[in-house]
Amino acid sequence: MGELRVSAPHFLVHNSNDSVGVAAVEGIKPGQELSGWLMDTDATITVKSLDTIPLGHKVALVDLDEGATIYKYGHDIGRTVAAIKKGGHVHVHNTKTKRWGA
Amino acid sequence: MSELTFWGYRRENGRVGIRNHVIILPLDDLSNAACEAVANNIKGTLALPHHYGRLQFGEDLELHFRTLIGTGANPNVAAVVVVGIEPGWTGRVVEGIAKTGKPVQGFAIERNGDLKVIMDASRVAQKYVQWASELRREQCPVNDLWVSVKCGESDTTSGLGSNPTVGNFIDKMDPLGVTSCFGETSEITGAELVCKERSASPEVGEKFHAMWNRYNDMIERHKTNDLSESQPTKGNIEGGLTTIEEKAFGNLEKIGKKTRYIDVLEPAEAPARGAGLYFMDTSSAAAECVTLQAAAGFAVHLFPTGQGNVIGNPIEPVIKLTANPRTAREMSEHIDLDVSGILRRKMNYDEAGDALIDMTLRVCNGRYTCAEALGHREFVMTKLYQSA
Repeated sequence: MGELRVSAPHFLVHNSNDSVGVAAVEGIKPGQELSGWLMDTDATITVKSLDTIPLGHKVALVDLDEGATIYKYGHDIGRTVAAIKKGGHVHVHNTKTKRWGA
Repeated sequence: MSELTFWGYRRENGRVGIRNHVIILPLDDLSNAACEAVANNIKGTLALPHHYGRLQFGEDLELHFRTLIGTGANPNVAAVVVVGIEPGWTGRVVEGIAKTGKPVQGFAIERNGDLKVIMDASRVAQKYVQWASELRREQCPVNDLWVSVKCGESDTTSGLGSNPTVGNFIDKMDPLGVTSCFGETSEITGAELVCKERSASPEVGEKFHAMWNRYNDMIERHKTNDLSESQPTKGNIEGGLTTIEEKAFGNLEKIGKKTRYIDVLEPAEAPARGAGLYFMDTSSAAAECVTLQAAAGFAVHLFPTGQGNVIGNPIEPVIKLTANPRTAREMSEHIDLDVSGILRRKMNYDEAGDALIDMTLRVCNGRYTCAEALGHREFVMTKLYQSA
């Protein structure tokens, strides 16, 4: 704890195979250049946001077709129900569970 | 780390508690009024009103008794007064609690009425609370500690920060001989096969999977849609969680990277295979789950939250932590430990886990949790099906 060791990232990514990152700051605006921290490899990546992304919400790290599987934690967490561009907001309007007979 | 100790109350059966409650325990809904009157008469006692206890049968009735007896038997409880509408089932709860060796006495309302029961029970409650007030804490090794975990109003910061902090705690404390427990059966949906692999043996993994299937079949039977807005909850969704699978992988972060669970428990069932991590079949509703874990004998609870669940429990202190900077800022009176530094890379999991161990031992030594200070005493019995 204590001193700031590295600059605070805009988003965090659990696993380098993930298709989404998680906004770790408040107030991300469309068109903003975002820096992201890959937690498993310690690498830094950048993505330009297309949408407003609230704290804790997901940003697409790649272009996703409709019906694509979304990976987070390196695992399948559901499917897209609309195409999502890299930098887009990934949430309930374009993503669904694969469970409980959606 | 192996030198870790805390100051606890060693009970007659050897278990160690971190609180010293005298509880006034209703057998059934009808006895709540008398119990609350006794607790009002005798300062320092605590009534635990609830909604059930009439016309239950089969497995549901067994769970009712297991929950009440387990609550009275919890080492955070010094002595118990039980009040029921009739003497038969009241006696069954009293006998179950008496096996611990702690003081317990029952009172039945039929043939007496509320007022006589309140007077008789108050006299006993007064004796108990004065006796308990002279009990002293003693220094105990950390392997006397039983810790339960469950998250609530989770968001994506839970999976990123507060849940892995609990996982770090479990990975450090499990080798020291701490007994711990996680649950939330439906909330492992999507990660159930990963969870199955985290068992200590294939047999235990199969037992978990059968339990998960049983719960999932129940959801399939009763669901009206894909459970969106129930699981994940509206709060989860507001916080950025989108699907049950995403929530499940975040949830599982609470059991750490390497600890394996050694057995699976029925709701409110006490662990019987010695120190280690256990899975318990529970609902994912916070108060239901923590009530069952307290009834199984767990003494302190770790509760990571994202959007700010405010739950407490009457007998098991609930320690809340969050990695959500907004929740830490706007709901600070509910947050015992702020680990939002993880999101800013100002704190790593190892440091956050150590901070949680430190806060847990302080609470075990007597520090009030936020939920205790704010009077959160949610006591919610799990009901498996309709009464007869």
